[in-house]
Amino acid sequence: MSESRNPRQPTGAVLVVGGGIAGMQASLDLAEQGFRVHLVESKSAIGGHMAQLDKTFPTNDCAMCIMSPKLVETGRHLNIDLYVDSEVVSLEGEVGRFVAKLHRKPRYVDLERCVGCGDCEAVCPVSLPDIYNEQLTARKAIYKLYPQAVPNAYAIEKLGVAPCRHACPADQRAQGYIALIAQGRYREAFRVIKEDNPFPSVCGRTCHHPCEGHCTRALIDEAVSIMALKRFVVDYALAYGRERVEPAARTRPEWVAVVGAGPAGLTAAHDLAKLGYGVTVYEALPVAGGMMRVGIPAHRLPKGVLQQDIDDILALGINLKTNSPVDDPAALLKEGYDAVCLATGISTRDRSLGVDGEQAEGVMSAATFLRKVNLGEPVTVGERVAVVGGGITALDAAAVARRLGAREVHLALDRPRGELPAYHWEMAAVEAEGIHLFEHTTLTRILTQEGRVAGVELARTGKGMTVDEKGRRRPRVLPETIFTLAVDTVIGTIGQQSDLSFLDPRFDELEADQDTLASEIPGLFVVGGRKTGASYIVEAIALGHRVARSIHAYLQGESPGAIEEPRPSPVKLDREQATRLYALDPARALPRQEPALLPIEERVTSFREVVLGLTERQARAEAQRCLQCGLCAECLECVYACGTDAIDHNMQPQEIELEVGAVILAPGYEAYRAELSQEYGFGRYPNVITSLQLERLLSASGPTEGHVLRPSDGRPARKVAFLQCVGSRDQEHDYCSAVCCMYAAKEAILIREHDPQAEVRIFMMDVRAFSKGYEEYYRRAQEQYGIQFTRCRVSEIKEDPQTHELILRHAGPALEGPGARSAAERMSEERFDLVVLAVGMEISPKVQELGRRLGVELDRYGFCATTTFQPIETSRPGIYAVGPFREPKDIPESVIDASAAAAMAGGHLAAARGLLTREPSYPPEKDVTGESPRAGIFVCHCGSNIAGYLDVQALTAYAASLPNVVHAEDLLYACSQDSTAKIRERIREHNLNRVIVASCTPLTHGPLFQDVIRAEGLNEHLFAMANIRNHCSWVHSSDRAMATEKAKDLIRMALGRALALEPLHRQPTPIRQSALVLGGGVAGMSAALAIAEGGFEVDLVEREAVLGGQLRQIHLGLPGVSEGESADPADLLEDMISRVEKHASIQVHLESELVESRGFAGNFTSLIEHRNGERREIDHGATIVAIGGAEFRGDTYGYGTHDRILTQRDFEALLAAEMNPIPRDQGPSLELKDVRQVVMIQCVGPAETVCARTCCTVTLKNALHFKRRHPQAQVAIIHKDLRVYGFKERLYRQALDAGILFIRRSNGERPMVAFDHPEGILSVQILDAILRETITLQPDLVVLSMPMVPAKGSRELASRLKVPVDMEGWFLEAHVKLRPVDFASEGIFLAGAAHYPKLLDESIVQAQAAASRAMRLLARESVPTGGAIARVDPSACVACLTCVRICPYGVPRIDESAVGAGGIQGAAYIEPSVCQGCGTCVGECPAYAIELLHYRHSQVEKEVIALLRPEEIWTSSEVGS
Amino acid sequence: MSVQASPPLHIVAFCCHYCAYAAADLAGVLRLQYPATARIVEIPCAGRLDALEVLHTFEHGADGVMVAGCLEGDCHFQSGNLNAKRRVDFIRGLLEQIGLEPERLEMFNLSSAMARRFAEIVEQMASQIQALGPSPLRKQARSQPETIMESHTP
Repeated sequence: MSESRNPRQPTGAVLVVGGGIAGMQASLDLAEQGFRVHLVESKSAIGGHMAQLDKTFPTNDCAMCIMSPKLVETGRHLNIDLYVDSEVVSLEGEVGRFVAKLHRKPRYVDLERCVGCGDCEAVCPVSLPDIYNEQLTARKAIYKLYPQAVPNAYAIEKLGVAPCRHACPADQRAQGYIALIAQGRYREAFRVIKEDNPFPSVCGRTCHHPCEGHCTRALIDEAVSIMALKRFVVDYALAYGRERVEPAARTRPEWVAVVGAGPAGLTAAHDLAKLGYGVTVYEALPVAGGMMRVGIPAHRLPKGVLQQDIDDILALGINLKTNSPVDDPAALLKEGYDAVCLATGISTRDRSLGVDGEQAEGVMSAATFLRKVNLGEPVTVGERVAVVGGGITALDAAAVARRLGAREVHLALDRPRGELPAYHWEMAAVEAEGIHLFEHTTLTRILTQEGRVAGVELARTGKGMTVDEKGRRRPRVLPETIFTLAVDTVIGTIGQQSDLSFLDPRFDELEADQDTLASEIPGLFVVGGRKTGASYIVEAIALGHRVARSIHAYLQGESPGAIEEPRPSPVKLDREQATRLYALDPARALPRQEPALLPIEERVTSFREVVLGLTERQARAEAQRCLQCGLCAECLECVYACGTDAIDHNMQPQEIELEVGAVILAPGYEAYRAELSQEYGFGRYPNVITSLQLERLLSASGPTEGHVLRPSDGRPARKVAFLQCVGSRDQEHDYCSAVCCMYAAKEAILIREHDPQAEVRIFMMDVRAFSKGYEEYYRRAQEQYGIQFTRCRVSEIKEDPQTHELILRHAGPALEGPGARSAAERMSEERFDLVVLAVGMEISPKVQELGRRLGVELDRYGFCATTTFQPIETSRPGIYAVGPFREPKDIPESVIDASAAAAMAGGHLAAARGLLTREPSYPPEKDVTGESPRAGIFVCHCGSNIAGYLDVQALTAYAASLPNVVHAEDLLYACSQDSTAKIRERIREHNLNRVIVASCTPLTHGPLFQDVIRAEGLNEHLFAMANIRNHCSWVHSSDRAMATEKAKDLIRMALGRALALEPLHRQPTPIRQSALVLGGGVAGMSAALAIAEGGFEVDLVEREAVLGGQLRQIHLGLPGVSEGESADPADLLEDMISRVEKHASIQVHLESELVESRGFAGNFTSLIEHRNGERREIDHGATIVAIGGAEFRGDTYGYGTHDRILTQRDFEALLAAEMNPIPRDQGPSLELKDVRQVVMIQCVGPAETVCARTCCTVTLKNALHFKRRHPQAQVAIIHKDLRVYGFKERLYRQALDAGILFIRRSNGERPMVAFDHPEGILSVQILDAILRETITLQPDLVVLSMPMVPAKGSRELASRLKVPVDMEGWFLEAHVKLRPVDFASEGIFLAGAAHYPKLLDESIVQAQAAASRAMRLLARESVPTGGAIARVDPSACVACLTCVRICPYGVPRIDESAVGAGGIQGAAYIEPSVCQGCGTCVGECPAYAIELLHYRHSQVEKEVIALLRPEEIWTSSEVGS
Repeated sequence: MSVQASPPLHIVAFCCHYCAYAAADLAGVLRLQYPATARIVEIPCAGRLDALEVLHTFEHGADGVMVAGCLEGDCHFQSGNLNAKRRVDFIRGLLEQIGLEPERLEMFNLSSAMARRFAEIVEQMASQIQALGPSPLRKQARSQPETIMESHTP
């Protein structure tokens, strides 16, 4: 970012947090408005909860169908930067200039390289619960969140490095090979073991296995037998033939000498050879292997096994020189080696035992003893042997002594057996061989006779250590325990150390750096100096790796610090977490498998290997015990499978800093965790599921492909119960989640649609069908689909353990209607196959944490605190909250929030609009008119996805043989960066003017390739795709020949189409960057202000003489809905009017109405007329309809015939007058202070049949205000359902607490309001639906909750604007879910109660959203028009009006000035800027006068002809013909 | 290429962009297997298809034609699928008049998530056409395409 920028200028970028539908919508709106967007999503793909839904209510649209275009658009938008796997960690600064810090989790898959082909997924051995499918099924550790995921790339779920791997000095991916063993993939297991360890055979047999010491499984029972599993794999590989190791390619000129052929030296040699260096290994002994060879007896490690590993290492092309001691390593450097590695390991000199008599004959060190035996030198041990020490070597020495014929072998251990790094069965085996074990015992003296060993004096040791006269630490001896044994030989196993004393004395002081292992002599590296020795083989291997890295760094001139690779932290689970993993797979519930041992009698008489190893069955069972606690096993199978080299298991987390001007928080909700409501048995009873799980079951792409099956047995669920309000409206939640009633109705309908036999019952309290079309939907669920709604709360669910049926106890039947009895009368029990818990919305702890980090105020449930008048503004300026994060809500309202936030954020940043946006830059387009077609066909392998099932070579050859094809080529992944570069190269090379890619689907990849050819100057329409993957290789995978033939057809068809294609261009049409807002109420004013703040001119037209609309009649706020808020509508009115009137960009036209509007998006001309008849023409780019609604007036319930029968508005005015001595509109005609009882009647007039959304809230508001002022008075509310949704539920709770009476009536029973004369006593009679008794009340006031109805003149306005209204007269949006404020006609938008009754905050937000949508258009100086749209050939048009009538968007019109067929005046005209490109007119036009460009008749037909009569298409093809 | 006893049947499937084509894509993602007789021609909306195009497709030798659009009420372009349905019904009448079995032409509706349904309708169509046998129009329309292709290779 440039430093010279005006410091006061805001940053023209916005941070959007959350990639669900709201986050996507906000991002798209902002990006289109000229801002750069940083969209942050914590998951691996965007889409949020909506991606999980099957259908959406109330239209039953397929959720994925309507969302996926938005997904693709978000993913590809040039001005939306996607940060998946990321979270915001901090936000500094203030509005206009924030600095956000992100933390990006490693995905382990490179987004730039991954092409989403799925080859990795196929080989991944780890199965994990599929979160997208709500854990109903499993997915792999490498996964794509869902098939349509954006970005279309895989991710690896990894908790960290598995503890087994972390504990291993050599970094062995134990979980990886175990996972592969569990699947019987032993060769692959062997491959991954060798990846980090050139001595698998050795480590499978003799390792101190720290891995097992850290194994998470030990938290459940015992560690996994990791070492035995490794051995199993090695043995298997040995038995079935190890793969031959090929010599490593010499890619580097340097030579390295390694001194010492032990584990460290050979590992270093191995690594260096693989890096391409020349390596020579010098070994002093006649054999290679070091201590592995001479220190470990054959009965533990057979020589042949070790030799396998050594042979594999040497096969890389390493020179081994045995019998070649080196005492002057510097000489080797002089000889021409570029580096020398000293890896001589453990000293051959014996160290002192430190006891009397150790000089006697018959005393030897274990190392010497074992070396001699292993080298075949003669050794005599006599009859009786004592072995002293405390390590595994002591065990070995004792066992060897026994095998050499000693009858009596005593083994004195200075520690208890449990502290030895040996398995308990190894100890048992040694004892079984007849060796006497003394624990806690140390050698105090060697008894001698004539210089020969005669016996040993031993003693028990006490706790702690002492220091002897030479300063050595020794075990503390308990003198009273001293005893002696007569022996012939004493073998001591005092710990050995590496030293370098064999070197020339010049090197006495040789030291090496502990990290780099480099000595002070350049080029000389030392493993095994005083500081850098290894105690165990696997540590030596690790040192070998390290020194190799260090030598490599040295030879490449890199800093030695570079050798340490950062390692992710190990997984550390507690018992509870481990138990959860354990429970995931029943196969894990097995005891540890132990290998069989050689029978005792065979053991002591030979050096045959004692441990026989696991059988295959044992190995697989044992491998299945692994809890896979790292999740990803790091088996590297994906790395081997990936053809684009996209996987990097060492990927590190990233910290990213972003400068933004504003922030939109759209983190979404978390479904209530149903297991917390234990009474419903979720998690315990398999057939109790959540509504989101049902959503996945219902989805055609879900785990059951849309069949509703019982999880317990997979049988169809014939009787299903829904339990509403699980996690809503209960003790812990004082709010309504607002969506559950409708989604339950939807899911119930879908169940019935799928299986008409199924019986569905919904147990609920109130049905909150409060919005547009919801009531009808609810009614349809009952009447058309026979779904039963039962009004009661189920207290408990029990399960029949035999059948897994669920038994529900509830009060009831409580069905409404005649014959129904009182609920209290009896409890009934009912059985169901499946119980669905309609879970509510919560804010996840992570999101709450985010809110706190960002410093925005949250309520006690973690919802973001906002206010009625600034509904999307958080407590921190410049941060906006949208979607369920601020209140539970459904999709359209979240989308509205999102657009509104875009408008608000954009308003702050208007000065920086366009500063940070990117424009596509392409070279000028080549004119290919008149050229004969020169097609290039690129056939993709898609790794194995296509090439595995089709003969790609044959396809390429076939493509090359087709006419007009000048180039055909196969590509491994056509969409990878190197391939697209190649396509561009070929376009240049062969001067291609048609490009055909035969690969996957144009829906996801078409735009990418179009971009590629455009970058080479080819018009993007000269491109066609043959979908030989999704439509061929994947769906005909069993018949290669047939599938290949079909693919040939598909390629030929694509070519046929391509030859008929023509370049298309979109022309910029200048637009008028101003808006016309119709209606000066709260919606109109909000919209006007938002647009004006965004920097555009607004004409605001109001029919009345004053601004304010219905807001003028709203006097009271909603008490206690938002915590701690007191909002006075009068303040809002005053503030808004003054802001509107003062704003320089807003022109207010009072007492005016729109009489005419013509034109199209970006270029409208409208005529407005003042009441005095004056007319004025206004040019504008966008129109916003915000004409509001009106309170219903009718004579229902005696309204108008008695002065104590009021509407809620009248009542509110009285309340306001009482509170405020100077009433705003009129003086009071009635005093409230004497009122003792008020009866309020809900669902009046049209609301009897269609819910009008706001009345319940208004009623409760007024009732509460009244009751608080007049606590002695009684308020009774007669209602059907009580529809206070979201936080409005709190009004209901307050009303109950305040003692307001609620009388529920059933649908058919209407209250009777009676009085004898217009001033007489009122009486209200109603049949109480719960008590089933008639109640008579004699109130002082009857207040009718009149619903809001469409404003007068809405139908006329609709016809003037050519936009639709519904049956009632409400304006009809373009799409209920995803385009809630747009009209189908471009450029016209909808806000406030003109759409449907709205509360204040809802109107404000919707108006801001409409402003945002309008500004998408206004932000540009011109809009591109044209492209794939319909075009009329006037000369063929007979102006028959068919197109005018059929177009769903009303676009075609008759242009009187055009000359039609036969020279007759008048022909159809289709305005390019508004045509949607569906082609319906084309399909219908009887004169063939209309063509849909890019889908011309010739183009569609050429594709068909290419398939069926290919000989016909090659005849004439010219570009643009 | 092996010589087959009976020439393979050809079904042309006109699939709308937003639902049917996407459902076919998803069928691939889910690896659902279905007969390889159908060849998809993508169109923006089922409503785009005109009667003559369908008739031409038969004339060129298709043994069957299927038109697949969005679910009724869910058309991405509001009502294109309903117009298509009406047209398909009309064309089936025409087929009958010219002596071609109307069952050679079918209209289907499905959402983009209904991959299984897509596989089913191809299967259904394939067996339907299999039962009807090759179109009588194709004898004059088509001989072995490969041989003709060769003669036209420049």
